[in-house]
Amino acid sequence: MATTTETLAIVSGDDVVRVRQKVRVRATEAGLSLVDQTKLITAASELARNTLDYGKGGHADIMTVNDTARRGVRIVFRDQGPGIPDVALALTDGFTSGNGLGHGLGGARRLVDDFDIQTAVGQGTTVTIARWRK
Amino acid sequence: MDSIPILKIGSALLVTIQVDMHDQLATQLQEDLTTRIVEHHARGVLIDISALEIVDSFIGRMLANIASVSRLLDADTVVVGMRPEVAITLVELGLGLPGVKTALNAERGLALIGGVARDEAAAGDGDDD
Ligand SMILES: Nc1ncnc2c1ncn2[C@@H]1O[C@H](COP(=O)(O)OP(=O)(O)OP(=O)(O)O)[C@@H](O)[C@H]1O
Ligand SMILES: [Mg+2]
Repeated sequence: MATTTETLAIVSGDDVVRVRQKVRVRATEAGLSLVDQTKLITAASELARNTLDYGKGGHADIMTVNDTARRGVRIVFRDQGPGIPDVALALTDGFTSGNGLGHGLGGARRLVDDFDIQTAVGQGTTVTIARWRK
Repeated sequence: MDSIPILKIGSALLVTIQVDMHDQLATQLQEDLTTRIVEHHARGVLIDISALEIVDSFIGRMLANIASVSRLLDADTVVVGMRPEVAITLVELGLGLPGVKTALNAERGLALIGGVARDEAAAGDGDDD
């Protein structure tokens, strides 16, 4: 069961910082190890920045998941920007359509336990990630 | 607007990053450092990131940019105090930080920077040239 979802708007660099802070609080509460917290926060930072830079802003829904099977943090990043025409290419390390290093999306996927991306050109992008307590 | 202080130690510059960096601050730091390297004929730049809880590709890019610009101005860049969990995460992110040297602490970082900085640091002080 997902509980207590908190939604943050992402419209500026300061919001990216705020997302990181909120995710840290949730990750600590969920009992993730320091390394796992760091990985989740770093992934969240990458995705929040993509939402800002490419998605023209959007939202992050941060939730603690606590059921009999597992405990952890799930975050949904959603925007109504241009969408991603070629997801496989976007996930490739080194690919950027801006002036980044192109490691954000692929790197974020490696840093979490669950990763899902839904995108449609002209409609937007939703990326869902989760990291579970081991 | 706040900015990140840059200290001079011998012929090196020391920057301690203590806050969660946002865009403007990162850009300003790069500009300030460039100016100061030229102004002080600095041979090295030490960037202490021991307070940083994460380094994402944005900060990684900033560190790599500072290293590239410094190199063009004949100064070495050494990142000091990276936390173990940050190092583990950076590797998984796929950021090797090319051109950026690292050291466990500022003292070792100073030793990594060219002879001049090392000699001056060893002498405790040094602005006699
Ligand atoms: N929310 C989004 N909306 C539209 N396009 C996106 C979105 N997120 C990522 N992309 C596209 O995927 C590409 C790869 O993203 P990724 O985060 O891997 O690299 P980057 O942001 O360009 O650089 P870096 O993250 O290393 O600074 C981006 O350049 C962009 O074209
Ligand atoms: Mg990115």
